[in-house]
Amino acid sequence: MSFTRRYFLRSTAAAASATALVSPVFIRNAFAAEPILVGSLHDQSGTMAASGSPMVDSLKLGVEEVNAAGGLLGRPLKLVHYDTQSNIQLYSQYAQQLSVRDKVAVIVGGITSASREAIRPTFDRFRTLYVYNTLYEGGVCDRNMFITGTTPAQTVAKLVPYAMSKGGKKVYIIAADYNYGQITAKWMQKYVKENGGETLSVDFFPLDVTNFGPTISKIQAARPDLILSALVGGNHVAFYRQWAAAGMKDRIQIASTTFGLFNEPATLSAAESDGIIGTFGYFEELTTPASTAYVDKLKKLSPGIPYISELAAATYEGFNLWVEGVKKANTIERLPVIEALETGIAFDGPSGKVVVDHKTHHVSRNTYLAVVKDRKWIVTETFPDAQPLDTAAVCDLVKNPNDNKQYEISL
Amino acid sequence: MDLAIILALDVLNGTASLFLLCVGLAIIFGMMKIINLAHGEFVMLGAYATVIATNAGVDIWVSMIIVAPLFVGLVGLLIERCLIRFLYGRLVDSMLATWGLSLLLIGLVTTIYGNTMNGVPTPLGGFQVGEYRSSWYTLFLAGMAVSVMALVYALLRLTRFGLIARAVMHNPNMAATLGVNPDRVYMITFGIGAGLTGLAGGLLAPLSGITPVMGAAFIAKCFITVVGGGATIISGTLTASGLFGLINQLGAYLTTPVYGEVILFLSAIFLIRILPQGISGRFFKGMS
Repeated sequence: MSFTRRYFLRSTAAAASATALVSPVFIRNAFAAEPILVGSLHDQSGTMAASGSPMVDSLKLGVEEVNAAGGLLGRPLKLVHYDTQSNIQLYSQYAQQLSVRDKVAVIVGGITSASREAIRPTFDRFRTLYVYNTLYEGGVCDRNMFITGTTPAQTVAKLVPYAMSKGGKKVYIIAADYNYGQITAKWMQKYVKENGGETLSVDFFPLDVTNFGPTISKIQAARPDLILSALVGGNHVAFYRQWAAAGMKDRIQIASTTFGLFNEPATLSAAESDGIIGTFGYFEELTTPASTAYVDKLKKLSPGIPYISELAAATYEGFNLWVEGVKKANTIERLPVIEALETGIAFDGPSGKVVVDHKTHHVSRNTYLAVVKDRKWIVTETFPDAQPLDTAAVCDLVKNPNDNKQYEISL
Repeated sequence: MDLAIILALDVLNGTASLFLLCVGLAIIFGMMKIINLAHGEFVMLGAYATVIATNAGVDIWVSMIIVAPLFVGLVGLLIERCLIRFLYGRLVDSMLATWGLSLLLIGLVTTIYGNTMNGVPTPLGGFQVGEYRSSWYTLFLAGMAVSVMALVYALLRLTRFGLIARAVMHNPNMAATLGVNPDRVYMITFGIGAGLTGLAGGLLAPLSGITPVMGAAFIAKCFITVVGGGATIISGTLTASGLFGLINQLGAYLTTPVYGEVILFLSAIFLIRILPQGISGRFFKGMS
């Protein structure tokens, strides 16, 4: 092969870029105050982007605050964020990348239960600490991770009796057809029964259903007093619109575990959404000083944020719990940080005091009940220090630290 | 009895929505043989046009019935000039190009309006049938479907443009030798198809959660309806919409929404197996 100019240029370019790729490794070892890497896996595009984008913004706020206060253990924090594009395959790929190549100290992220279950084994295998901050169906028992989102015992258990007192005892459940909806519907049935009610029917909807006409007729034929909804996503919002269009809204009470997690109250007209009841670990409308300060800061950082829900607030709290754990352990090593967090570390976040529970690696936190009025949530009740009782009933990481599975409720 | 009326209204609702969603695709795919995978995004653009116009203070009826189809029709013309006109007769290429187009449109709308939900309230209210309630909007949709049907029929059968368009679709070279400019006819026809799809988006906007990715929910149903309907636009799309609307709505009512979808797709497969040319290929040959 002759040595041409073109070949020379190509090979030099390749060598140069290879050096560029390798060099950070040397630099990393050369300086003492190298940044601590915080991994982030959230969807900023695709169907889950409406959930993911505020979570990333909230995480960025947390990182900026720590850095402004002089960093952690004298080192600055650096966010390594990958947009998982609502694609489970990318979750698996980037999870490996964060653990193996980037070697981050902690990973904050995962949104749907499907994405969490895709990446959880990866972090277990590569021993990377994982913090998950979405409200979910409960039951995950894994010492390598901490979960800050609310579980059914913290929300559904409060929502059902209140909604039944407003609506009545005959309940119709509608839910999205994947693991979140399926398992949440089971919890709903359990709480309805415990409160002396009767579940008339449970209907599941694939995420691309847009025409709810037959369902609305079916609900009318069943004559319930109350509808419990765990519908998910933009397509399912059509239910609330078509329900109101048929003039049913003031006839049967609706309560939901998912409505209002994005900007639904602001999107729907008052006539369509007034009176819908929801329970979450956080509402943007909370007027505590911690909450308003957080909302101001986050809106300043990302003015386009449509609504700050539990997803964003729990992400901020989950990240800060980890920060507190590192401070206490005085290292970013995985096991000492886990042990520090297990001592019951607390953080005063926008939603109130959040305390890590050693037994389940979930948190006890305030949850709130709110009713939609004039396209906004009006928070009417606070449940202080709600415990993750659902998971605590099946999971004990004090006794079995090596337990590693997701328990499911059986009726 | 009341229940029967309500169920009939459900079927009417399903049929009318499906017809409105599909008639644009029937023109673009059935007539022009362009596999338009960006069809769902045309619906989405129509819905966004309606939301934005309504929020800007335009009357909701005007934004649904005039702004949405006009805007998407113009976008369709632009897309035809820049992309589609190079793809006539290249079925597979058109698929790839319009898939890219759909990603582009989703990306554009997300960039401009954010990945959040939008919406306009449903006009009109509900009415009582015995102990049940249904919405006037269902009847309005059915009325619109009939109007669109009449309009497309009149355009294709009774006007000179319709005659030329059918001739061009049938044999562009022959039409060209007779002095017609096929390029222009293709452009206008594509614009009309896009406009009708935009109209569907506008009309469904008050009943949907509007997001940049909403189009994905419609695309599969639209294609099976158009393929199931066969080559003729009005009679094919109408019968297929009626059949699939009936199957889907009653299936969802009698079983569960999950099986409603399953039954729909199974029956579509069955239909295409026994009638490979679609319903109209067997029963309404030669009509439009």
